[in-house]
Amino acid sequence: MIPAAFEYEAPATLMEALALLRRHRGAKLLAGGHSLLPMMKLRLAAPERLIDISRIKELAGIRESRGGGTIVIGALTPHGTLESSALLQEKCPLLAEAAAVIGDPQVRNRGTIGGSLAHADPAADLPAALLALDATLTAMGTSGARRQVPARRFFRGLLTTALRPTEVLTEITVPVLKRGTGSAYEKFANKASRFAVVGVAAVVALDRRGRCSQVAIGITGAGPKAVRAVRAEAALLGREPTAANIAAAAARASAAVGDALSDIHASSEFRLHLTEVLTRRALARAAARA
Amino acid sequence: MNRQVTLRVNGVTQQHSVEPRLLLVYYLREVLGLTGTHVGCDTSQCGACTVLLEGQAVKSCTILAVQADGAEITTIEGLARDGKLHPLQTGFWEEHGLQCGFCTPGMIMAACQLLERIPDPSEAQIRHGLAGNLCRCTGYHNIVRAVQHAARKLLETKQR
Ligand SMILES: Cc1cc2nc3c(=O)[nH]c(=O)nc-3n(C[C@H](O)[C@H](O)[C@H](O)COP(=O)(O)OP(=O)(O)OC[C@H]3O[C@@H](n4cnc5c(N)ncnc54)[C@H](O)[C@@H]3O)c2cc1C
Ligand code: FES
Ligand code: FES
Repeated sequence: MIPAAFEYEAPATLMEALALLRRHRGAKLLAGGHSLLPMMKLRLAAPERLIDISRIKELAGIRESRGGGTIVIGALTPHGTLESSALLQEKCPLLAEAAAVIGDPQVRNRGTIGGSLAHADPAADLPAALLALDATLTAMGTSGARRQVPARRFFRGLLTTALRPTEVLTEITVPVLKRGTGSAYEKFANKASRFAVVGVAAVVALDRRGRCSQVAIGITGAGPKAVRAVRAEAALLGREPTAANIAAAAARASAAVGDALSDIHASSEFRLHLTEVLTRRALARAAARA
Repeated sequence: MNRQVTLRVNGVTQQHSVEPRLLLVYYLREVLGLTGTHVGCDTSQCGACTVLLEGQAVKSCTILAVQADGAEITTIEGLARDGKLHPLQTGFWEEHGLQCGFCTPGMIMAACQLLERIPDPSEAQIRHGLAGNLCRCTGYHNIVRAVQHAARKLLETKQR
């Protein structure tokens, strides 16, 4: 399958990319191409022009912020680099864990965190982790002005985000997890595509008495967009993470999903069932690691 | 508009003017005549089109030739050295790691990256490392043995 013809440019800097976006309204950004090119080959997308941002050095790399406390990830960072990053494994292991179960090794070599978030596939893994981490996404518009969007306000609907067509997602900021905080990602993968049928990310912090002082749950795959399970979080907050308390909290997770997706891979009932089961497992594992 | 690309493929510099929509796999097969890289699914799933781009295993049906401009590419044709097959190639031969052979070039290129990253992989690590490659006829047992065979041979040559 061959994509429809298009013009191609590969700017070396972010400013050049933004200038091209301003000049060409029908243009689309190309990062790893592992969502966009399959769609173009199927002619589900036919952009007039591709602006390949993969050569822009400013958009690559993972670093700890100067004061510590947060880790800043360039939008072009491939999933495989998140997976093998010693910095993330030590200080924000949830992101490395979720990245490690994306697709297969070849997909993880090419697909980027920025592309995955901007594409907002309802079955993508990273959105669940970024929601549970309360990550912040930074975008730059054609004027060169930066804008920060909390993950909770980023995912708007099926393949729809808070990004404007003239914006480039530049970096993602995640917190360094403090002592006494554990995290886990649980995924039920589609056997053929390996995308998440449902994926649940959890972050749990325990206080000195062993009660949950922080609970965050991100769910992907179940509905049209990734969501936080706020009611389930509230049900566990302030309590000990016993099996009974975790089960009671997980029973409330599906309320956050709303209208669950239903397709040839899984009915909405099955997706809601998976949501509860995976929430339970993710909470238990996160609490055990806290 | 066509674009000029320069790539190093199996150690040879190649320069061509290509349409931006030309996929890397068709550049290799149809422009360079390197038909060892196969197109299986053409939908990014099967891994038959796997080649090494800057040493990393990638699905060449999901990369534009223009994206690979300036890169070093290794295909199955570039593995043998001085007329001697690569240990992965002899491994697939010795352990019956193929029947029809359609998936084999992609399997071998993915296994190349795996052994580069983990020289002495466990069976689980081999299966995990080849998760992006589908075989429709051999089954995976002998493919795992073929990779183990190659790992042993490569470690032996390193120790010598
Ligand atoms: C076989 C296969 C299996 C997969 N399995 C999984 C899986 O299990 N889990 C999972 O989560 N994903 C999976 N994916 C998707 C993969 O992770 C994609 O790589 C990812 O979704 C998109 O990243 P990309 O860099 O390839 O983006 P591209 O395809 O280049 O771009 C995707 C979209 O985002 C836009 N975009 C890209 N970068 C930016 C930016 N910096 N700013 C603004 N817009 C931008 C593009 O314009 C385009 O609209 C799979 C893909 C394949 C082919
Ligand atoms: S042909 Fe490229 S993955 Fe199947
Ligand atoms: S040997 Fe026939 S598909 Fe693998």
